[in-house]
Amino acid sequence: MTLVNEIDYGTPASKSEKMVTLTIDGVEVTVPEGTSIMRAAMEVGTKIPKLCATDSVEAFGSCRLCLVEIEGRAGTPASCTTPAMNGLVVHTQNSRLKQLRRGVMELYISDHPLDCLTCAANGDCELQDMAGAVGLRDVRYGYDGANHVFAKAKDGTANDAWMPKDTSNPYFTYDPSKCIVCNRCVRACEEVQGTFALTIAGRGFESRVAAGMSENFLDSECVSCGACVQACPTATLSEKSLIDIGQPEHSVVTTCAYCGVGCSFKAEMRGEEVVRMVPYKDGKANRGHSCVKGRFAWGYATHKERITKPMVRDKITDPWRETTWEEAIGRVASEFKRIQFQYGRDAVGGITSSRCTNEETFLIQKLIRAGFGVNNVDTCARVCHSPTGYGLKTAFGTSAGTQDFDSVEDSDVMMVIGANPTDGHPVFASRMKKRLREGAKLIVVDPRRIDLVRSAHIEAAHHLPLLPGTNVAVLTAMAHVIVTEGLVNEKFVRERCEMDEFQEWAAFVAEERHSPEATAKFTGVDPAELRAAARLYATGGNAAIYYGLGVTEHSQGSTTVMAIANLAMVTGNLGRRGVGVNPLRGQNNVQGACDMGSFPHELSGYRHISDDTTRTMFEEFWGAKLNPEPGLRIPNMLDAAVEGTFKAIYIQGEDILQSDPNTSHVSAGLAAMECVVVQDLFLNETANYAHVFLPGSTFLEKDGTFTNAERRIQLVRKVMTPRNGGYADWEITQLIAKAVGLDWNYTHPSQVMDEIAALTPTFKNVSFKKIEEMGSVQWPCNDANPEGSPIMHATTFARGKGKFVLTEYVPTDERTGPRFPLLLTTGRTLSQYNVGAQTRRTENVVWHEEDRLEIHPHDAEQRGIKEGDWVRIQSRAGETALRALITDRVAPGVVYTTFHHPMTQANVITTEFSDWATNCPEYKVTAVQVGLSNGPTQYQEDYEAFAQASRRIAAVEAAE
Amino acid sequence: MQQHDKLVMMANQIAKAFAPQGEARAVPQIAQHIKDFWDPRMRRGIFEHLDSGGAGLDPLALAALRKLHPTPQATAHQA
Ligand code: SF4
Ligand code: SF4
Ligand code: SF4
Ligand code: FES
Repeated sequence: MTLVNEIDYGTPASKSEKMVTLTIDGVEVTVPEGTSIMRAAMEVGTKIPKLCATDSVEAFGSCRLCLVEIEGRAGTPASCTTPAMNGLVVHTQNSRLKQLRRGVMELYISDHPLDCLTCAANGDCELQDMAGAVGLRDVRYGYDGANHVFAKAKDGTANDAWMPKDTSNPYFTYDPSKCIVCNRCVRACEEVQGTFALTIAGRGFESRVAAGMSENFLDSECVSCGACVQACPTATLSEKSLIDIGQPEHSVVTTCAYCGVGCSFKAEMRGEEVVRMVPYKDGKANRGHSCVKGRFAWGYATHKERITKPMVRDKITDPWRETTWEEAIGRVASEFKRIQFQYGRDAVGGITSSRCTNEETFLIQKLIRAGFGVNNVDTCARVCHSPTGYGLKTAFGTSAGTQDFDSVEDSDVMMVIGANPTDGHPVFASRMKKRLREGAKLIVVDPRRIDLVRSAHIEAAHHLPLLPGTNVAVLTAMAHVIVTEGLVNEKFVRERCEMDEFQEWAAFVAEERHSPEATAKFTGVDPAELRAAARLYATGGNAAIYYGLGVTEHSQGSTTVMAIANLAMVTGNLGRRGVGVNPLRGQNNVQGACDMGSFPHELSGYRHISDDTTRTMFEEFWGAKLNPEPGLRIPNMLDAAVEGTFKAIYIQGEDILQSDPNTSHVSAGLAAMECVVVQDLFLNETANYAHVFLPGSTFLEKDGTFTNAERRIQLVRKVMTPRNGGYADWEITQLIAKAVGLDWNYTHPSQVMDEIAALTPTFKNVSFKKIEEMGSVQWPCNDANPEGSPIMHATTFARGKGKFVLTEYVPTDERTGPRFPLLLTTGRTLSQYNVGAQTRRTENVVWHEEDRLEIHPHDAEQRGIKEGDWVRIQSRAGETALRALITDRVAPGVVYTTFHHPMTQANVITTEFSDWATNCPEYKVTAVQVGLSNGPTQYQEDYEAFAQASRRIAAVEAAE
Repeated sequence: MQQHDKLVMMANQIAKAFAPQGEARAVPQIAQHIKDFWDPRMRRGIFEHLDSGGAGLDPLALAALRKLHPTPQATAHQA
């Protein structure tokens, strides 16, 4: 195996369609207008020496190493900043250029340490390469003059120009003595990441890279995305893992297992050890960018708390006993059989996770449906994006976002609703910010002033800080403005939508009670701002909607999704680049989990289980009779468990006890079951109630595919042997299937994908081979769209005509009152992921050690709460305690927290209210009271003790 | 929360979502939604509640459930 090499073209590609032809060193080359001479040369394989240019950022022209001669022009222009033009005749090498370049390199090297042999970048240093390329043989100036290299001068006096290494960031170091001030890092932070954390402080010889106001990296605004590290041509910015291990010897392209952006990475390896994860330029979701999670937070894969042996116990009060795979699998099979015999077939079920690959998810639902003859299978997408599935299927006919990420480059207006992309979907947020800096307008609809509202060089045109739970009222009011002010795109509506329904809908939203003025009383949104936002969305050019869990996790989640679809249809913002309706998916494979038929009522490709044609096709393929009735959804399973009719569950990769609402109800449900099987990397919170624990494998240990938020199917590739004795998760499911008598003989996940393709019309032409060839493919991929579909609904909707749905605002039953006067809403933070099981086991904890309760200064003062105080939060469901963070990011009357730490027990307070259509829990609105307390609640302490006890593993007895 | 109360609440939520379309169109859609998404034991649960008077059910939900479960006596005896 070798390293996957990527070509650095020196400057970004030009998007122009006009071509120009020039001659470089006697070779004719044709490139798009606007391409630099440097890039044009690289297109034909001519590498012009360079230091300050790299193709992830715009050219800067500072190092003067890339000089060329152009016939008929005076001087020696820099090839990185000189555009290619028709008829130019360029020479990249002659004695004058050689001379000049050597002079440049000599200057650089005279102020650079010569510890190449022991330098972390040895073998991967552009300065080293360039010294070689220009034939530098000696440095006339010597090394004794003014320099940044030595802490002390020869005479022992301190060297004021020298700066110590900054190692404050847990993942990379900054060593100013090696900096050549090429500015690549500064530009990467600005252009690629959009954070503007770095500057060049000082001038001339004095100049040096500085984070923030010359702080250390950790205390600056740096979000540790790694873009600067990647752009740095020297060892100045280096990954600590690289310093620790050494240069990688091979690399494998794979997909990040954290969020729904689905960034492509090269896993750079030494043997089976990961040296570093480097974002892959050809990755179509991320285009070479990354965030702190995917780039750096993979240490959990080798964390000491990983469970690597199967374990069983009879009662949840017993300690765990390590055992063999045979015994553990045998136990699962016999218990499920016993329970079905004793309590009825319907008493068992399974839960798949959005963290699993498509193939794993598909196999789990197959096991449950074909092996156990029930449809009680669900996925954690239930608790996040199930309303997206229902809402978009109703409006457009298919349950997915309409665009690819590249589409954002053509947006003139972006409306972000209930999402916090800079924290939840950071790499996509960087792409949004890039477009916003180019002049696109931004509307934010969110109770909280998320970072995007105001950040470096970005200011939202409108922020509508609505009260949690009033999404439908706000969006219907926007529709009211569009309809009553005559902003409807009539042509689109006439050609593409059901007219009768449109007319009924238009009359409905036009009613006075839906006006911004009438609804302001309960939404809290300034009517003038709302009107202006609606006008901007309708008339500002290409307008795209991006939304997140702040839309779906409500009692009217599905209605809100349909209200969003209505807005896009009425303004004609569908079916081309720059527009559309785009759910930002939380976990990496939420889209895939939904596509794979893991909802209890539908088979893969969103086809209802009661549909005879579809079901018969599966029955024939699987050789098993399937149940035509919908099964239980996760909350229904727990209800049924408490009621006594649901007794056994197989949970893969999901921690329902921590992530699902109303913890006491979830634990009561789990406690009432007789066989809880948890397959995961760690003893998660749910495992406290488990009888069998099957150790899972990480994304680094298996093959498969993930489908990101833009329907892009990408490969996950195995780079190391699973630590659990060699089983990828799909193989464990297969072991169970065999133990219950199914004749499964998959030897590779590609065979599972072939089965999915054979059974699912939208996946018909998908195969591992196809994905390998194309790099990735966006479904639908079938005979009608052989290369996949970046943009959906271009000429007609999947369902034919678009459907307008009447969206009546129904206030949630979760209302504030004198006892619970504040509204709690929840969210996430950049450095942590979901329930935090992985990220808490990495250095990412330096950014988020604990969940805090954000509260407005006014509400805090009324209650005598000061920054950092312990506060108790009570709701109708329960109470917990956290430390307070006082901020005006939240409006008065609203409090906010994240849920990354189990000790927080945020879900002790969330209630069981849920979306009307899908039972997706209403996490985003809980009426609470907040008051001072002196520490964690009794419940939190008891829980901690219980969890400790439940995680005991019995010492292995001596062999008999 | 009692199981029946919860089912009633869910049925009423569904009814409210379709209500703006008027009774004639809402009732069949409410019925279809319950048929498509509720597992048989949940439907059995709400039918039991219906048979014992259906207290707390929204009139549209009630009409929809009656459509799905027209002969309460017959099934009540079977169960
Ligand atoms: S890691 Fe990212 S945010 Fe931090 S300084 Fe580098 S480019 Fe900027
Ligand atoms: S830190 Fe690296 S990228 Fe930044 S200016 Fe110095 S050498 Fe260039
Ligand atoms: S967490 Fe999301 S944004 Fe970050 S690297 Fe992974 S896929 Fe990309
Ligand atoms: S690479 Fe062109 S001036 Fe530095």
